[in-house]
Amino acid sequence: MATQAAASADERIKTESITTRLMKRPELGAIGGVILVTIFFLFTASPSMFTLAGIMNFLTPAAQLGILGIAAAMLMIGGEFDLSIGSMVAFAGMIFGVLVVNMGLPLILAIPLTMGFAALVGAANGAIVLRTGLPSFIVTLAFLFILRGASLVGLKVFTGGATQLRGVRDAVAADWLTPLFSGHAFGGLFRWMADHGWTAKLASGTPAVPGIPVSILWFVAVTLIATFVLLRTPAGNWIFATGGDKNAASNSGVPVRRVKISLFMLTACAAALVAIITVIDTGSTDARRGFMKEFEAIIAAVIGGCLLTGGYGSAIGAFFGAIIFGMVTIGLTYTGFDQDWFQVFLGGMLLLAVVFNNVIRKRVTGER
Amino acid sequence: MSDPIIQMQGIKKHFGNVIALNGVTFDVRPGECHCLLGDNGAGKSTFIKTMSGVHKPTEGTITFEGRPMEFSSPRDAMEAGIATVFQDLAMIPLMSVTRNFFMGREPTVGRFIKRFDIETANRITMEKMRQMGINLRAPDQAVGTLSGGERQTVAIARAVHFGAKVLILDEPTSALGVRQTSNVLATIARVRSQGVGMVFISHNVRHALAVGDRFTVLNRGQTLGTANRGEIDAAELQDLMAGGQELATLEGSLGGTI
Repeated sequence: MATQAAASADERIKTESITTRLMKRPELGAIGGVILVTIFFLFTASPSMFTLAGIMNFLTPAAQLGILGIAAAMLMIGGEFDLSIGSMVAFAGMIFGVLVVNMGLPLILAIPLTMGFAALVGAANGAIVLRTGLPSFIVTLAFLFILRGASLVGLKVFTGGATQLRGVRDAVAADWLTPLFSGHAFGGLFRWMADHGWTAKLASGTPAVPGIPVSILWFVAVTLIATFVLLRTPAGNWIFATGGDKNAASNSGVPVRRVKISLFMLTACAAALVAIITVIDTGSTDARRGFMKEFEAIIAAVIGGCLLTGGYGSAIGAFFGAIIFGMVTIGLTYTGFDQDWFQVFLGGMLLLAVVFNNVIRKRVTGER
Repeated sequence: MSDPIIQMQGIKKHFGNVIALNGVTFDVRPGECHCLLGDNGAGKSTFIKTMSGVHKPTEGTITFEGRPMEFSSPRDAMEAGIATVFQDLAMIPLMSVTRNFFMGREPTVGRFIKRFDIETANRITMEKMRQMGINLRAPDQAVGTLSGGERQTVAIARAVHFGAKVLILDEPTSALGVRQTSNVLATIARVRSQGVGMVFISHNVRHALAVGDRFTVLNRGQTLGTANRGEIDAAELQDLMAGGQELATLEGSLGGTI
């Protein structure tokens, strides 16, 4: 038996160029998409879209969707879907509204309680999926309706017939935690920039952009934390492994069930976070909140490079996927196009992303 | 001759009224490759699962490092140093070699936030693969880009790195081409020389003869004795596996091609 003591470099393995290496990053498609969409709007939209105020304008909806999208991406990497996150936004919004308005709880109690409720529903989702072995697609589709219906009925019960619960803003106005979830950050910096004439001022002398909306900071924070967890912690490795092949993962000692349940809890909590941010921001909650957001979140994740089969994807990709969404929804209002083109764009983008991801997957695994 | 690491005596395993194993005696010494040969349905996979702690034997004793051993789970067996490389290899094609290598057993750094120490992991992976004669392009290369033989080698290297004393290889060469088979057999020889006891499960007599020190044939759930290297040839092993007659008659009509 010939043993190669020192294996010589294999002449058939070509060293990869930087371009090939870049091509293998899951977030490449989303970044390319952002560039394309930016170029498109640079030519078609009014220039005000790319002023500071315009950018904040499209980043705000992107942020709300992005928080959901990143959680959806992590769950997809772990090999599951959650179609109930949109309804979860409404449900968590209702719980939160009732806690602060009807029960008068301070945020320090209301927020953990809302998160706790959401996590419980997420855990139930996960437990049912694991126990029955049914596709998570179907189980969470059931929860899409259950939670939406429960929010409608619940709101009517708590408000005495209405599907909207008002008075949140008054209830939390004096709370010391409110600035963490609503309003703008870095107000001083933006005033200073406006005073120096670097950014625009309104006629009244206040800066046109009072600060960075807090939701955008949450969005960035969630992206950074998710990326760190995925790429730099054992838990991240478990998520990839669980989604890649759950038998192989569990044979290697990965706690597959725990990983999946935690991910379902995470998506539900992300929905609750979005609910809390938007409910405090608008001062009311209603049963239609988060409508269709489950699909948009999954599309953002797919544009961000997540494979539908699991085991591959990135949080940074979902970040850019959500920004594409924000740019297009808001950007169309800066152009002469009918805004309803948005949905056409959505479908087209999804199709393109899925085809593109398939090609990338083949490149990564060297399949032919 | 050193003492066996693991010794199985008179193992029987019944599933309801199906007798999967009916008296199996088998042992592995450190630094040897003991081949278990058997045709499909002979009970090879039940045997592997019994040895690796998935099944409890209905009858018989397992002695591990001199003490009677009762594994309650595969995890127990793994901790004790019995590792199995199954045919599916427990590898994830989309993940990098490093991430596969340390899957479920990631090294961490940091006191408060336990980070996956990817630098150390990459370094160890590159080093271990080089020792096995595989030069990776980069540790973040996806396992899907490796050949079947290379994947097998990664799986073996992983088991050895995590302290396997007994390494059970389930048909490691069955799906491989000629060149890759010889690479895997070379890997087996290399690992054996490190003092690991190898259990090589196969139905390919020639592959077994290439690396085996001892040979045990499993037929219809029973072991038919163990032969040392040089005491038995391919034709005899082949006959034992097939249970004698049938193959002999078949062989006549095939003109001695199997």
